Amino acid sequence: MSLKVISSGPLSTVQDLGRSGWRHLGVGLAGALDADAARIANRLVGNAADAAVIECTLQAPTLELLQPCRLAICGAPLQGRYRGADDSLLTIDSGRRFDLLPGRIELGRLRGAARAWIAVSGGIDVAAVLGSRSTDLRAGFGGLLGRALAADDVLPLGAARTDFTRSRAAPWSIRVDAPPRTAVLRYVPSAQPAAVALARREWQIDARSNRQGLRLSGDALPSPPANGISAAVAPGTIQLPPDGQPIVLLADAQTVGGYPRLGDVIGADRNRLAQLLPGQRVRFEAVSVEQARELATQRAAAMAALEHAIAQYGGN
Amino acid sequence: MHVTASLIIDTPLPTLERLADDALLLQWSEDTTNTAPIRALCAALREAALPWLRDLVPAYDSVGVFFDPRQSTASEIGAYLQDTLRRLPAGATERDAARLIEIPVCYGGEHGPDLESAATELGLTAADLARRHADGDYEVALIGFAPGFPYLRGLDPTLALPRLATPRTRVPAGSVAIGGQQTGIYPRASPGGWRLIGSTPLRLFDVERAPPSRLLPGDRVRFVAIDAAGFADRNEHDLS
Repeated sequence: MSLKVISSGPLSTVQDLGRSGWRHLGVGLAGALDADAARIANRLVGNAADAAVIECTLQAPTLELLQPCRLAICGAPLQGRYRGADDSLLTIDSGRRFDLLPGRIELGRLRGAARAWIAVSGGIDVAAVLGSRSTDLRAGFGGLLGRALAADDVLPLGAARTDFTRSRAAPWSIRVDAPPRTAVLRYVPSAQPAAVALARREWQIDARSNRQGLRLSGDALPSPPANGISAAVAPGTIQLPPDGQPIVLLADAQTVGGYPRLGDVIGADRNRLAQLLPGQRVRFEAVSVEQARELATQRAAAMAALEHAIAQYGGN
Repeated sequence: MHVTASLIIDTPLPTLERLADDALLLQWSEDTTNTAPIRALCAALREAALPWLRDLVPAYDSVGVFFDPRQSTASEIGAYLQDTLRRLPAGATERDAARLIEIPVCYGGEHGPDLESAATELGLTAADLARRHADGDYEVALIGFAPGFPYLRGLDPTLALPRLATPRTRVPAGSVAIGGQQTGIYPRASPGGWRLIGSTPLRLFDVERAPPSRLLPGDRVRFVAIDAAGFADRNEHDLS
């Protein structure tokens, strides 16, 4: 059971929900930048929520399906094409489950957002390393040989029931909203004086952003003299380097950092961070710890309702 | 009658800050040099096998506590941490229990390309710098930057060296380096701005080993000088 990468796009990696339990040894989270999207894509194809998926960036891969499989994509909208070995054709979109006989899917570019997550029934069955199948690109382990996918890679798939006899799109889908032009990121400010000023100006996503962090550019914030003593940081931490241009840490960030912390983007907005494109404008909105907790609870409830609805429709 | 000592450590309690929805940071005062409470707290929390505990990140003067928000709340965990700190056993002030790990190092030459220039900068001979570095008694203050990268406390202050203005794009695996007041070892080839004075033939991080890191936070470390032949004999690095 496997699928073959025909072309990978600029950065496609194998990710699950990330790695925990090893931060004291410098091993970070890794994992899908939008864990909720990976979870929903998995649910659409009948996988466990933490099965490994393919995360793609800006451009989705072209894949050869070597046996029947169920497939679903969540995250950025896209318009892809499936051509079966029997020449049957289907249009592939985000938020929908597809039953596909062997053939090729060409997914093309992502529309208006940075990332999408592709789940395949059985999950991408690479070996778990330190408890996770996620690719840690900086450390070079996990996923497929610790690196990004490339043309001709063959990805093993876990066992799954695929007793359908023709390719088809499910007659229902999850609504995929177009991302807003200016994203609002809610954060809990730290006690640093510059923490509140962060919300007073508009920022632009710098092209040097990656899975380690989003670099923001705008009017420099006054940078306090840093003591430079490294302490734990987390995905979502907003750092202020001496140049006054903040960095929002993402899942591949180091486990410790010495820059002053301006606060953290709340968990409920982590999915927005994953989708920001270079050049896009963002604003910050300060919330209290209590509001952050309430928003996390609401988001968890919405996700549970969505997973429940998928389970209800699952047989169709 | 068996009596267990339970004294309060004479160290100010740390402040508790939010790090994320699912993480807290305990921050001791910045001039603290006593890491015993940090070690003792981490040991006590691991011992307690807490269902909400995902990760602990001990550092110089802080501990990051990562938790599963489905299992508990930040305020409950904060209270638990403060309570645990107050009850740390008296033995927590002793460092005798720490492991002592010896790390062989080949100083200078191709194994330490910055040794000569660093020694000149410090007004020492290369041999003196190597000897004084190897004479140190170090403690793993934290592991970070990359998996298995130890930040070592205990560098002779007269050996402190500024970082390179332009970091190298590739520092070889095993490089032993000085960056500011700290010394450390690069476990894997990576970019880096510290001054490279030697190399260890040992592989510091390997996901196939348990635990994957040769050094753990709190370990005591001594460097043992070896020559180039000794390095070649013990080289565990991937030579490809």
